[in-house]
Amino acid sequence: MKLKKKILNTFAQRLKKQRMAKKITLPDFRITPTIDQVGIEERVARFTTRSIKKESKMQGMKMILSMIDLTTLEGKDTEGKVKQMCYKAAHLHDVIPGLPTVAAVCVYPSMVKTAKDALKGTGVKVASVSTAFPSGQSTHEIKIADTTFAVDNGADEIDMVISRGEFLKGNYNFVFDEIVAIKEACGKARLKVIFETGELSTLDNVRKASDIAMYAGADFIKTSTGKISPAATMPVTLVMLEAIRDYYYATGRMVGMKPAGGISTSKLALQYLIMVNETLGADWLSNEWFRFGASSLANDVLMQIAKQTTGVYQSSDYFSKD
Amino acid sequence: MATRIEIQKTYKIYIGGQFPRTESGRYYPLKNKKGDVMANICLSSRKDFRNAEVAARGAQSGWGSRAAFNRAQILYRIAEMLEGRKEQFISELVLQGSTVAAAKQEVETSIDRMVYYSGWCDKFQAIYSSVNPVASSHFNFSVPEPTGVVAIIADEATSLLGLVTAIAPVIAGGNTCIVLASETKPLCAVTFAEVLNSSDLPGGVVNILTGSSSELHEHFSSHMDVNAVVYYRNNKAEIKTIKENASLNVKRVFVYNKINIATEKAESPYFIFDTQEIKTTWHPIENIGTSKAGY
Amino acid sequence: MLRKKIKMKENKNTKKAFYSGKDLPEVKLKFNSAWDLAPAPEDSKHVSIKKQYDLFINGEFVKPNSKKYFATYNPATDEKISEVADADEKDVDKAVKAARAAFGKWSKLSGKERGKYIYRIARLMQERAREFAVIETMDGGKPIRESRDIDVPLAANHFFYYAGWADKLEYAFPNRNPKPLGVAGQIIPWNFPLLMAAWKIAPALAAGNTVVLKPAETTPLTALKLAELIRDSGLPKGVVNIITGAGKTGAAIVNHPDINKIAFTGSTNVGKWIQKSIAGTDKKCTLELGGKAANIIFEDAPLDQAVEGIINGIFFNQGHVCCAGSRLFVQESVADVVIRKLKDRMETLRVGDPMDKNTDIGAINSKQQLLKIQEYINIGKNEGGEIYQSSCSLPKKGNFCKPTIFLNVSQSHRIVQEEIFGPVLAIQTFRTIEEVIEKANNIPYGLSAGVWTDKGSKIFNLTSKLKAGVIWANTYNKFDPTSPFGGYKESGFGREGGLHGLGAYLQF
Repeated sequence: MKLKKKILNTFAQRLKKQRMAKKITLPDFRITPTIDQVGIEERVARFTTRSIKKESKMQGMKMILSMIDLTTLEGKDTEGKVKQMCYKAAHLHDVIPGLPTVAAVCVYPSMVKTAKDALKGTGVKVASVSTAFPSGQSTHEIKIADTTFAVDNGADEIDMVISRGEFLKGNYNFVFDEIVAIKEACGKARLKVIFETGELSTLDNVRKASDIAMYAGADFIKTSTGKISPAATMPVTLVMLEAIRDYYYATGRMVGMKPAGGISTSKLALQYLIMVNETLGADWLSNEWFRFGASSLANDVLMQIAKQTTGVYQSSDYFSKD
Repeated sequence: MATRIEIQKTYKIYIGGQFPRTESGRYYPLKNKKGDVMANICLSSRKDFRNAEVAARGAQSGWGSRAAFNRAQILYRIAEMLEGRKEQFISELVLQGSTVAAAKQEVETSIDRMVYYSGWCDKFQAIYSSVNPVASSHFNFSVPEPTGVVAIIADEATSLLGLVTAIAPVIAGGNTCIVLASETKPLCAVTFAEVLNSSDLPGGVVNILTGSSSELHEHFSSHMDVNAVVYYRNNKAEIKTIKENASLNVKRVFVYNKINIATEKAESPYFIFDTQEIKTTWHPIENIGTSKAGY
Repeated sequence: MLRKKIKMKENKNTKKAFYSGKDLPEVKLKFNSAWDLAPAPEDSKHVSIKKQYDLFINGEFVKPNSKKYFATYNPATDEKISEVADADEKDVDKAVKAARAAFGKWSKLSGKERGKYIYRIARLMQERAREFAVIETMDGGKPIRESRDIDVPLAANHFFYYAGWADKLEYAFPNRNPKPLGVAGQIIPWNFPLLMAAWKIAPALAAGNTVVLKPAETTPLTALKLAELIRDSGLPKGVVNIITGAGKTGAAIVNHPDINKIAFTGSTNVGKWIQKSIAGTDKKCTLELGGKAANIIFEDAPLDQAVEGIINGIFFNQGHVCCAGSRLFVQESVADVVIRKLKDRMETLRVGDPMDKNTDIGAINSKQQLLKIQEYINIGKNEGGEIYQSSCSLPKKGNFCKPTIFLNVSQSHRIVQEEIFGPVLAIQTFRTIEEVIEKANNIPYGLSAGVWTDKGSKIFNLTSKLKAGVIWANTYNKFDPTSPFGGYKESGFGREGGLHGLGAYLQF
């Protein structure tokens, strides 16, 4: 008996040692890998010259639909508005068979319950913004409470905003700790971290924010709230995808990416997918790891799909707006 | 036999890529040799100048930061449009008292001058910039930069050539401008504005006003947000006032009253240099080891 | 017994990083498996290529003296596209005579009027851009994306730029009273057929010279289409003459007694032959020859963008570029990361039909060139270099080569010293700045170099010490009509582009 215990202890010690050896060392966030903006823009220009036709276009369109987070985040939202949007989320265009549903709907915490009820049984997830979205200018306690409220109401995903003021002051530890705390409050819900890249202004800052968020435990990194301009752009997205790649190689953990705002045409959305395909590869081409935060993109994609199947250009009169 | 009644043209001014009337509502009649009224010309006011300046300032950073090659293409396009409308300009010059031969000469010189400055857009930098061999371990370079918004009082004696001569070097260098056309021969100025409008030139880069220099020279030279004034006429009193007013915000002043516009002496890159500032930048060059790096 | 059960499984499959020996995590990105792009061929039906082309002499197409023609092929499909004339010494003489006759009037035209003709050529090329791009791709093998987005626009812009100099020469050379030289004989290579024609003809014309130009024998078509365009522009007869042929025709041009200036872009060996042949004559000459450029990446470089710079440096135009970044120097501290990123990026390069808009790497220009590249790849393997090629598949027909890199090579390896002119990159590491400057300069060539670092003062240190005519800092393979291009040492002499490109065509 004693021998068995001794051997088991040694076993446990070796396991612990191995687990500790896999511990990830945090990088010094004051030193960010430098990004050359002109180089990024040139790489993006290459992506936009890709020509996507016929079956590959159809395949891309369906992927896009399945990756959309259908969004309503307005001061004037009501239960009625949210219910109608949820129906659209699960029934994009029943006239064409075989279409996927969107990935999720994205609403304010006060609407989570309504959305959850409306989407029962459809497989569409409910994502909620929180942490005093969109400004993030509030106390730590309020942000935690905001998150907890949404999670308790059944949110599958939480989209938080970082404190941009603290970030721009150089207070990276604050930003890091905040994300860790919100991740904890999420429980089983997946956490998306919004940078509001339009306020961070440089690509170096976007890279820095990406590294901070991923090491702090983000499941997704997201560009924008959609409330200011510029929202998502291809250069910003490319920087974030490259950050995800470096993180993946360093730690083995996958992180998802979501560009939000400003993507309203299927042509542009296809170019984003090309970017994902050629930067991160096949594993990221699913709605578990890539999303589009968009409200009017879905109908443009549906019109393109209809054009592919019927051969004629479409009118928006034939596609429901809700 | 019924003769066809012509539609007579209304001559307006050109501000911010649009053709408004003068906000003052004033006009002056343009008469031909016989004394008939050919057209009513807008008598621009200081408020028109103010609005034009706002348009010019709004357009300047975009125009100045375009690739030089892009500006060259647009200036060449202006020449293409001018060539296409040659007959119209000739007949307007004849209406204003020119002979057909002189009118043809003036229009052709204007077109060629536009092409001349189009060619300079991406070349004057090679001549006017420098890498300076300073004695310390620094990379030191000087480059021209457009001065900003330029107020121009164009030649009085010509209707088209004076305008082109004044505008082309200023915009080739990346500036935007507000131009006062000839008072006695304003017709081509407005038609030229139409040419500019159809040449991919962004609105606000060139703004053209018609009216009287005796009234407007005061405002052209005193506006605090104008960077330079260019004057092509001969009125000594106006010149003095302009120079005095320029001191309010240290405007650069260029008086070209001794130039014969019709000759090749009126076109040269030095007209571009006049409305450029020079910016010199220093950057250290690391010296590794014993030998000194340097330019 | 328990001991056996408890035995920990050692991780036998741990990969180690090449340079540092550190353990690599077990992750791999999968490219090209989820989403296949459907073929996206460029429409070529609107393009017109004649079955046979004659020589463009004195403003007209005339039959060759020998009545002989030779075929030109599409290197991606091995199909014959057309036939072009084989000019012999008599044809060369005819062309030079036409150029000489035209020179009198042409040089006496005012600069303004000369410029207007050149502007016309530029504008016509802009209007016919798509046709030129398609033919360039069919004849030479480069991807349509490159000919459409880079070659043809640069060529048109080059004419546009030099058109503006025609009446401004006294400003470029103050106090010198510049005059044209006379007749220029120009011989251009097959890697940028239309662009090289523009680089040669535009400044020559702007300076008041007349021209006899010979395109490369594997890529004559865009030069002949340019001849048609020049005829349509109304340019006076004889000012530009375009004659096709191979080495013998080129030699006849070089040796013709009534040519005032030779301009040559091509291999160093031929350049040396030309320099020797004209010794003892009054002929002026400029040469733009080969290169083996160093592309240098420091640890503080923006790494993903630097990798893009490596890719552009060696795989742009299938590596058929005299200024290609064919020697990579990467600082040892970041070597593993850079190599990993480079390999990932290589996996996303599409090699295939040049007419497909999605193709990144097209066909090798000719069978001979492909054999030469394959020979060098074998030399590299035999020399002990560690080879890596992307996993892409190659088309069955035509001349294609996978993008290739060699690790574990040094300055003494032949594949590091000699110009391969293909998509093959030799990679070395370095530790200090002095080391890399010394190695970068340690070759007979000196055409170009690339420097990647975030620190400005380091950039200027390197740019001032590297012996190369064109240095790209945090970028690569960038060209502009206003930017002078040319080499040091055996990469040739003379500059093309910018103010400095005018001097070669003038006398003072």
